Amino acid sequence: MRKVTVTCIVCPSSCRVSVREGGEGLEISGHQCRRGLEHARNEVKNPMRMLTATIAVTGADFNLLPVISSAEIPKKMLIPCLRTVYGLRVQAPVKEGSVILRDVCGTGVDILAARTITRAPAG
Amino acid sequence: MREVHLDLAVIGGGPAGLAAALEARRQGLEKVAVIERDIELGGILQQCVHDGFGLHRFGRRMSGGQYAQAFIDEVEAGGIMTECRTMVLRVSGDKKIYAVSSHKGMTLYHCRAIILAMGCRERTRNQIFIYGARPSGVLTAGTVQRYINMEGYLPGKKAVILGSGDIGLIMARRMILEGMEVEGVYEVMAHPGGLTRNIVQCLEDYDIPLHLSTTVSQIHGQERLEGVSVARVDQQRRPVKESERYIPCDLLVLAVGLIPETELARGAGIKINPLSNGPEVDQDFATSVPGIFAAGNLVAVFDLVDYVSATGETAAKGAARYLENPKAAHPRAYRVNTGENVSLAVPQIVYEGQAAQDLSLFLRVKQPGPKAALICACAGRELSRKKERFVAPPEMLAAKVPAGTFIGADLLLEIKGE
Repeated sequence: MRKVTVTCIVCPSSCRVSVREGGEGLEISGHQCRRGLEHARNEVKNPMRMLTATIAVTGADFNLLPVISSAEIPKKMLIPCLRTVYGLRVQAPVKEGSVILRDVCGTGVDILAARTITRAPAG
Repeated sequence: MREVHLDLAVIGGGPAGLAAALEARRQGLEKVAVIERDIELGGILQQCVHDGFGLHRFGRRMSGGQYAQAFIDEVEAGGIMTECRTMVLRVSGDKKIYAVSSHKGMTLYHCRAIILAMGCRERTRNQIFIYGARPSGVLTAGTVQRYINMEGYLPGKKAVILGSGDIGLIMARRMILEGMEVEGVYEVMAHPGGLTRNIVQCLEDYDIPLHLSTTVSQIHGQERLEGVSVARVDQQRRPVKESERYIPCDLLVLAVGLIPETELARGAGIKINPLSNGPEVDQDFATSVPGIFAAGNLVAVFDLVDYVSATGETAAKGAARYLENPKAAHPRAYRVNTGENVSLAVPQIVYEGQAAQDLSLFLRVKQPGPKAALICACAGRELSRKKERFVAPPEMLAAKVPAGTFIGADLLLEIKGE
């Protein structure tokens, strides 16, 4: 049996919700509302996170282009996906929202440009 | 000297300034300019590659750059003059702006109205009394953010973070993801300075320890930072010598608070509020100097970019109303007073009369606690009451004067335990 405590981040109350994984499913206590219950269940069963990072860009005023996942990915996939994302390179100009990489590591989630970056003027 | 005549100049191209300029155009102002010292618009949002922006306004979780882009695209669609790489040197009380840029030289802007939206700056080591040698490797969290997220430099290999403000927490996670080591976060206060969701998602997710009531008591190294000493603090926040311990590191990140950037405002003779440390403003976000308005984190540090954009729009509507009749006398002014458990309120001044629409009053709580009521009262009469399940200083709150309410005396904002 596994017991974990999840700090709920749904509202500022920050409830400490304890989740016990027993024979007949999850035993959840310490939450004050339904949303807290849901949050704790998701955090234990299948925690999800947005991926945000930067990738190398050439020909722009800055060296990096910020990118964001098109949806949340499983938390355990965050580091493997980041490894792939950090290997990406693009050339300016890039438009915000354009797909930089489809279906990162088989998650079904795309990696998008998180801003428009123009080509730096020559010289 | 180049001279430009404007209906409205907005100083600062961050979220407050962009929202203000767009709203001013919607209000029908013709000649609107945004003056920005950086090479591009967007302000600090451009270095915020993390997500969590725009939930209120756009209903989705965007990164800082995406939030900024939505406004920049609209600004660039036309009708607004943008003056980037332009540093404002002085704003005068008669609404002249003196600015300099490397490509246009000096410019004098003659303005009918001005909105100040310069945001805030970070506290540095001097303001928190870290004495001694000045090795490289002692940086504010925002500087680290700029280096890592925009310029592409890692400013160290192993970091200690002093202060648990949100930018520090966000950079703790970013440094880990970028392959750095983060030894821990040290906070002199007994409570974290940042939002719980950042403590959970930036520290707990990555097993970064948070040490409360602990501070950096000394820094070591001459040319380059070699380490820091940390110590627990007593009730008076003095380091306890016996608890001191040495941590080798080559980067100390300071996340010890933000201060409104008020030099230009002070230079124009604008009154500064001692509680918010920003310009004192009325319900239109007008400052004490007629025709000069203020918006965003310059007025008070808001935490939430959605609030910042909203104040820009309020200021622009105020500026448009002012320009319809600059000589119009204000109705009688009343104060927005801070009562029980309230540390600051924005705006600080409201006018006599019936509120045409809901009026938002922003405030910050002094002491954290569960089950509180946020009360706005006028001459002993309760105008609004909002239940909050939990209040904490890192989270800005908004109280409301409902549309149709008659304001005929000072307002009082209070947070009472239930």
